[in-house]
This record gives sequence, structure tokens and C-alpha cells, in this order.
Amino acid sequence: MIPYAFNYRRATSLADAQAALKASPDAKLLAGGQTLIAAMKMRLAQPSDLIDISGLKELSFIRAEAGQIVIGAGAKHFEVADSTDVRRAIPALASLAYSIGDPAVRHMGTLGGSLANNDPAADYPAAVLALGATITTHTRTIAADDFFTGMFSTALDEGEIITSVSFPIPERAGYAKFPNPASRYAMAGVFVAKTKSGVRVAVTGAGPGVFRVPEMEAALAKNFAADAVANIAVDPSDLNSDIHGSAEYRASLVIAMAKRAVTAAL
Amino acid sequence: MSSISLTVNGKPITIDAEDRTLLVYLLREHLGLTGTHIGCDTSQCGACVVHVNGRAVKSCTMFAAQAEGADVATIEGLAKDGKLHPVQESFREHHGLQCGFCTPGMIMTAIDMIRRVPDLDRAKIRAELEGNICRCTGYHNIVTAIEEAAKRMSSDAKGMAA
Repeated sequence: MIPYAFNYRRATSLADAQAALKASPDAKLLAGGQTLIAAMKMRLAQPSDLIDISGLKELSFIRAEAGQIVIGAGAKHFEVADSTDVRRAIPALASLAYSIGDPAVRHMGTLGGSLANNDPAADYPAAVLALGATITTHTRTIAADDFFTGMFSTALDEGEIITSVSFPIPERAGYAKFPNPASRYAMAGVFVAKTKSGVRVAVTGAGPGVFRVPEMEAALAKNFAADAVANIAVDPSDLNSDIHGSAEYRASLVIAMAKRAVTAAL
Repeated sequence: MSSISLTVNGKPITIDAEDRTLLVYLLREHLGLTGTHIGCDTSQCGACVVHVNGRAVKSCTMFAAQAEGADVATIEGLAKDGKLHPVQESFREHHGLQCGFCTPGMIMTAIDMIRRVPDLDRAKIRAELEGNICRCTGYHNIVTAIEEAAKRMSSDAKGMAA
């Protein structure tokens, strides 16, 4: 498959990428390209220009700081999965990164690309929302609770570039997903995080976008055990229903995955 | 149109290609390296896996321009002086193929996983083969071929170190 024609340009710095984005209204950033290139090949996307930021060293880092792990937007999934700092501080985040796509996809795909795209079945949004991470762009910081605004939609402004994400280190965290048997995308993925300020539970794959489950959070705050979420009613009215499963089936998957995520966290 | 300079199987190459040229088309149609296959063309099947700077990637989901300055390795570059790579040899010995269409991608993925993953066992091999599909469903022998190649390469490496 051959995409529509476009102009390729390799950015030399973040400032260069900003200027290039501003110069062409239909330009798009290219990070790992594992979603964008597939969409371009299907001719579902037609950028006039691709500005390749994958080589920018300033976006490619993983840093352990006091109480948090800061990951550059350009960090690739395999780098997060393999990082000693991430594995030590937030093992659930490393194992989530290892569960994305396949090895070849993990060698290309990036944290920033996944978040900016906000696919409703992507894994990273669940970790970012459950851990209460902060997204830093070239102009500001955005709290996870304000970042994800719906299917393929985020709080990012036109031309705004994610530069890094700060993940507070939780006391415990776990992630479990039920992958579609064919596509391997999450039909339901649940990330559970226990922090000093409480418990957060975020669900991906089951609905039109990542969301929290306050009833599970309250139950787990009282008793952080798999049994605590077993009888929480998950409302199927906002969940996806398609040939792969009904909304009611997904609601029950959310409970099953939440139990597994809590078990993984213990 | 851009001029792209890269190394393919150890050979430096400079070539003009449209910006929208995917790496797999540069390899197959511009350079005649048709050992890298296009199966699904939607990044699922892994028949197009090559190594870019030593890491397995799907060449149908990467533009050639992104490989500027990179070191690209394809199935054609594996055999040295008429001698098959240990992973190729192991696929031959254990009959790790039926129709053979997925084989180049399987072998490139196998070499990458053997380099990266310590203590490969059958379960790990199957997990690492997530992105490679064999529609003859010949996974059993593919897994055996990779398992045996990993053992051979690790004992060869130990032999060299000794």
C-alpha cells in the first residue's frame, strides 16, 4: 500500500520541529510511526509534511528522580520495558510497555506518540491516568485527569508537542489486560495504583476512551485485595459493543482484569 | 524526492526515492532484495522484518527516509562465504518452514530475540513471536529451530570466549 505523497523532514531540534509544524498547517509529527504510517497507508491520513522527531536526543531519556520517574516522549516501548529504573520503581509500567504490540513495534513506537494519539484501546493511557502522571509539553504541564478528552482526542493544542511524562512512584501498581484474540488490542485493560493519597483505577479498551472507576477506587482504598472489586457493578451503558463482545461482556472483563491487576500489584 | 544514504548488508548505498517510499519497497524494488517479503502490509504478519541498527523492525511500517544513516540488515546478508547463519541452518535442520513465505521475517525476528532475551525457552520464544504469523501454522518446528539455534549460538559464544 502506498500513502499519499508528502514531504519528509528530519527535525534537528525541538525548536526546529515547532517551527516546521507552524509553517505547514497540515504537517504532522512522526515519532515511531507505528500507528500513523499504518493510517497513511490506508489513506486515512494525508499530512502534507512529516516532521520526524524520532532522532531528537532531548526527547529520548528515562530519569529516576525523587518520588518519580520521568520519561522522555521519544522513549520507545522497549526502552521503557528494559529500563532498570522503571523496573525497580514501577514494575507494572515496565511490564505494560512489554505488552504493547510485538517486539518490532516496541522497537519503534514511543510513549509520546501513544499518548498524543490516544487510541481507545492503547495501553499507556491506563498507566498515565491510574498513576496520576503529569504530561509536559513544550509550553505547559497537563495533569492526566485533564489530558484524555475522548476517543483519539486530547487536551493538546494544535502544534503542541509532548516532551516528557512524569510518573509518581506508587506504593503498589498492577496492570492486566484481556487482548482481543486476533488484533491483540486490549478489549479491557485495567491499571490499578495504590499511592499515599489513595487508590486509582483506570480502564482502557472497554469504552470510547480511558476512564476511572471511582467505586473500585473506594473499595480498594478500604481493602486492597482482589475480592474487594469482585462485586463492584460496572455500568455497561458507556462501554463498547461490537462483533468481539457486548458491552455487558466488557463490563465483566473490567472486573476480571481489575482483580488480576490487584493480584499483580500485591 | 530525497537522496537517502544508508548501509544495506554492509554495503554503503546512496539512492533517490520519493519521500513516501516505505523501507520494504526500497529494499525490494529499488535494490532488488526480494528476500524481505510483504505479507499483510498492515504491520501484523512480520514477513517484512529486517534489522535497522541491529533491532528488528517491520519494514512495511517505516519510511525509507527514516533509515537515513542507518545500518540495515536483510535475510540476504546473513550467510557468510557460502555458509548459512546458525539460525538459517537450524530452520533447515528442524524443518522450521512449510511454504517458506514467512521464513525471512521469522529468521530476522529470531536473531533479534536470541540477541536480546537471555534463557530463551519455548514459552518466551512464542511470546517473542507475537508479531510474526505463519499461516501454514508451522509454529512447532519454528519454535524448535529457534530454541536449538539459541543453544548453539550460546555454546559457540562460550567456546569463543574460552
